[in-house]
Amino acid sequence: MMKNLNLLWFKEKFFSTPLNAFLTISIIYLGFITIPPLANWIFFDATFIGSKKSDCVSGGACWVFVNVWFERFIYGLYPAEEIWRINLAFGILAASILVYNFANQKIRKYILIFLFGVFPFISLFLFHGGALGLPVVDTREWGGLFLTLVISVFAIIFCFPLGIILAMGRRSTLPVFKYFSIGFIEFWRGVPLITVLFMAGVMFPLFLPAGSNLDKLIRVIIAITLFEAAYMAEVVRGGLQAITRGQYDAAKSLGMGYWKSHFFIILPQALKIVIPGITNTFIALFKDTPLVFVVGLLEILGMINLAKTNPNWLGLATEGYVFAAFVYWAFCFWMSRYSLKLENRLKTSN
Amino acid sequence: MISNALKSFNIFLENNPRFKVYFPQGLLIFFLLIVVLYFSINAGTNMASRGIETGFGFLNKKAQFDIQFSLIEYDGGMSYGRAYLVGLLNTILVSVIGIFFATILGFFFGILRLSSNPLASGLATGYIELFRNISLLLQIFFWYFAVLRLLPPPENSLIIFDFVFANIKGIYIPRFDWTNLDYFLYGLLFTFLLIYFFNSYTKKLRNITGKQLPNISISFLILFLVPTIVIFLFNVKLEFIYPELKMSKNIYNYEGGVTIIPELIALAFSLSLYTSTFIAECVRAGILGIDKGQKEAAASIGLTKNQILRLIVIPQALRIIIPPTTNQYLNLTKNSSLAAAIAYPDIVLVFAGTALMQTGRAIEIVSITMFTYLTLSISISILMNWYNKRISITER
Repeated sequence: MMKNLNLLWFKEKFFSTPLNAFLTISIIYLGFITIPPLANWIFFDATFIGSKKSDCVSGGACWVFVNVWFERFIYGLYPAEEIWRINLAFGILAASILVYNFANQKIRKYILIFLFGVFPFISLFLFHGGALGLPVVDTREWGGLFLTLVISVFAIIFCFPLGIILAMGRRSTLPVFKYFSIGFIEFWRGVPLITVLFMAGVMFPLFLPAGSNLDKLIRVIIAITLFEAAYMAEVVRGGLQAITRGQYDAAKSLGMGYWKSHFFIILPQALKIVIPGITNTFIALFKDTPLVFVVGLLEILGMINLAKTNPNWLGLATEGYVFAAFVYWAFCFWMSRYSLKLENRLKTSN
Repeated sequence: MISNALKSFNIFLENNPRFKVYFPQGLLIFFLLIVVLYFSINAGTNMASRGIETGFGFLNKKAQFDIQFSLIEYDGGMSYGRAYLVGLLNTILVSVIGIFFATILGFFFGILRLSSNPLASGLATGYIELFRNISLLLQIFFWYFAVLRLLPPPENSLIIFDFVFANIKGIYIPRFDWTNLDYFLYGLLFTFLLIYFFNSYTKKLRNITGKQLPNISISFLILFLVPTIVIFLFNVKLEFIYPELKMSKNIYNYEGGVTIIPELIALAFSLSLYTSTFIAECVRAGILGIDKGQKEAAASIGLTKNQILRLIVIPQALRIIIPPTTNQYLNLTKNSSLAAAIAYPDIVLVFAGTALMQTGRAIEIVSITMFTYLTLSISISILMNWYNKRISITER
């Protein structure tokens, strides 16, 4: 009886109509011709251990390439004896997130203040150096996954408040604020990031006083911040629009002004609604960071492009790209899943 | 002290509501003016000290660089304005190709993800999660440097169906050689107008008399019949010029056909795959957004399964699908600017890259490039808003 039921279920799911049967068979065939060679290339025929290209003789992927260049892919051209500074900064970050997850509400508040108010400065000091016996590491030597994270984290920290202000500006009743915000948002949303980076690279310096030399990395972070703030503003605006009139009226009837009501009543609710949108913006920002190659900064993809043109390691582009794809995929997938979790946890039943 | 001053200022604001409205706005305008003034003074002194000229006069000067791939006639002797046009057309070309394939793939995988077959929906989920979570630039590099570089050299090209030749220098297909093409195009235009008027006539007829003519079959008949008549009447001919393998200066190459350069293939391919994952999600949301009651109601008034799909489900799903899909089209157009990374001669590479390097006119060239994208974005969104308004529900 049970076996019959299983068979019925099987037929219902996989062979219910001719089209469905065709789908099932063609997908199985597709898997049959693609998966074994792919698995062989990645795992079974691959070389993992070695120190030079000639160690790869088995015909599969040459992971030796990634192995040897791993440090460069993660830290860029950062001097090897100073790498502990990067590790320390990310260690502090990881530790505070870990404590945050186990702490009670009161300690959590302090951790958040530390993370957003103090930690950025500590980490920047650690990365750049220049005092307390730490030698200066110029931003030209920053690179790899480390640079990707620096750019995306700082850009998101700065673009968040700017986006909220722009979103409030767009909903303002004062026409100057409203049209300024609309113009600002629509302008940045209408142009591709690459042209914005071109602007940061070649146009920004012309607008600054003669002789001043703003660091390239800072210019890039400013450009990405302005660009992403426009997207953030649209996400936040969606949340603000979803708050019912009653909330505004209730805040007003308690004697709260514009800023008070927004800060304590409207924004906490609106931001909670748009968590998925905010995560998507952050994921988009993270995926866009490789574009900084246009101003000559080498994050992880740039480092791979540099490594694959090294005369000793020619012809290994595929391995490098597969590695980078895995890193990007893992980060983005984890972020989207985390936002899903956060969304469920913050959901308050109405 | 300060808090007291703030307090009295607040009281002043409460007593002067007009001031409360005008003061912050005036402050913003003042602040913006200062910023603009500061930047323009700096730009003025900087350009004067570096000896950079300003103005758009350079657009008429000779460009003196070649472009590898162009839809219109171009060589180094032509102006920067012409080079701009070449870049713009290349951007539009890759965007249109990308939008076309992204739509097809997006709808296919969006629908597949809703399949009751776990294998099919699993495949669609895997496809979507894989391609949307990897940086687009990385995908472009992968197809360009890792996959297309694996193709053989021209002398032992991959030959598909005897008329498509693929090698490391690109894909070569036969060129169409038309005689009396203009008559054929006029004929086609006439056909579409005929079908349009015929359909509006039958709609009117149906509204007045309730009689339903078989529009679709008659439309297809017109579509088939009129061009055929035109072809025989005006002696329209189509011949194919096949690409041929020739050797010049000891290098084998295909000549005579249409060349699709590998940059274009890699770019169009990755743009389509990347954007299709987002479109697939829009499609899924659209179909899931239709209430089950709609289908049941349609069935209860006696519509057939086909009619339910065509008249009830698809029109309503499209209404949900179109606005976010438009956004994806815009994103694709903007993302096509990543072409610069693999040297596909789009507007960014030709204009913001080569032309800027040669002339040094940073402000003019970057502004023109940004303005071009703004215009493209705004025109697509106006077009789609118009379409969206046409099909949206008129609430009463």
